[in-house]
Amino acid sequence: MDLLKRSKAPLTDEAWEQVDSEAARVLKLHLAGRKVVDFSGPHGWKLGAVNTGRLKPIEGGRGDGVANALRAVQPLVEVRAPFKMRIAELDDASRGAEDLDLDPVIAVAERVAHAEDAAIFHGYKEAQITGIIEASPHKPIAIDAILAWPRAVVAAVEVLRAAGMNGPYALVLGLQAYDELDAYSEEGYPLRRRIQQSMPDVSFVWAPALKGGGVLLSTRGGDYELTIGQDLSIGYAAHDRTDVELYLTESFTFRVLEEKASVFLKRAPAAAR
Amino acid sequence: MSSETYHESLELLSEETRNMHRAIVSLKEELEAVDWYQQRAEACSDEELRGVLTHNKNEEIEHAMMVLEWIRRHSPVFDTNIKTYVGAQGPILAVEKAAESGGGASSSASPGLGIGSLRGVK
Repeated sequence: MDLLKRSKAPLTDEAWEQVDSEAARVLKLHLAGRKVVDFSGPHGWKLGAVNTGRLKPIEGGRGDGVANALRAVQPLVEVRAPFKMRIAELDDASRGAEDLDLDPVIAVAERVAHAEDAAIFHGYKEAQITGIIEASPHKPIAIDAILAWPRAVVAAVEVLRAAGMNGPYALVLGLQAYDELDAYSEEGYPLRRRIQQSMPDVSFVWAPALKGGGVLLSTRGGDYELTIGQDLSIGYAAHDRTDVELYLTESFTFRVLEEKASVFLKRAPAAAR
Repeated sequence: MSSETYHESLELLSEETRNMHRAIVSLKEELEAVDWYQQRAEACSDEELRGVLTHNKNEEIEHAMMVLEWIRRHSPVFDTNIKTYVGAQGPILAVEKAAESGGGASSSASPGLGIGSLRGVK
């Protein structure tokens, strides 16, 4: 048996199949970071840290004329999000039911996808992860009106080009920003299509975990790296006569290798407009 | 076109799938070359030529394994199966049975949801 202990769960093969496939569907829809950053893994549970190739000197030596330094590594964070399901409901999968109540699976998949993306875009200090947006040395481009989006994207591309960051680029947008670009038009021409037409090497990515606007980043490769130990999986925790407790888990860390490869497009908060 | 072995229209395929196709075609070509060199070396009547052909065969095996490693890094399913079967001890079918019952995988990786990289996914 492995760490997930799935063989101990009171779930039939058909139930596992429905739970797994629903979780995978929602994760693929919501995960945005994996659509734009380099991916390393999965390396399995045993990977505890990523080698950064750096040394951290140990201060104040021991007076024996020997200098010492620690190898700097970035540890993986282990995510575990529990959820409960009714055993009787899951059993119906083996009777041919195709409309199982999988709401708990959907909710937990959204939660974990947002947690991974929040770390990638905004950072996670306790896990020693610096996010793409907070790492960027470029001054954020302020957007104070919906119709300012196309000009702001042009300006953002110019910032990256001036810094030597070639494309292709991805425009990763939070919920509100994505809706604005999708729903609004200028002189009858949708904003999103206007941007795509003038800048064909910019792709759009929906990122519900991204807050405060959007980020334009280079997707040429080599700038951002997501390292996965155990990739997203569902494991078994416990059960009683009526319910089973499962969990969605993964281990990962994220590194910004080239800070200049992104620029934040900061949408003014609603109250300030 | 870089390959004549696509089975679907190119515009329907993501960059990820196209790269995986390139890797799989390369792996097939390397393994085919191994097979050809093996046969030629065995049939060859000149000792020196046999040595060269065997050397070349071994080089192709190295190439095949390099491509396979790329595939493993980009496909969680290949990764899980390679870790389960390659280097496993005992009868191979017993390894499958043990892996399916959750007890035999030699890897530290657990069977996941197969998410992996989503590059190229809209």
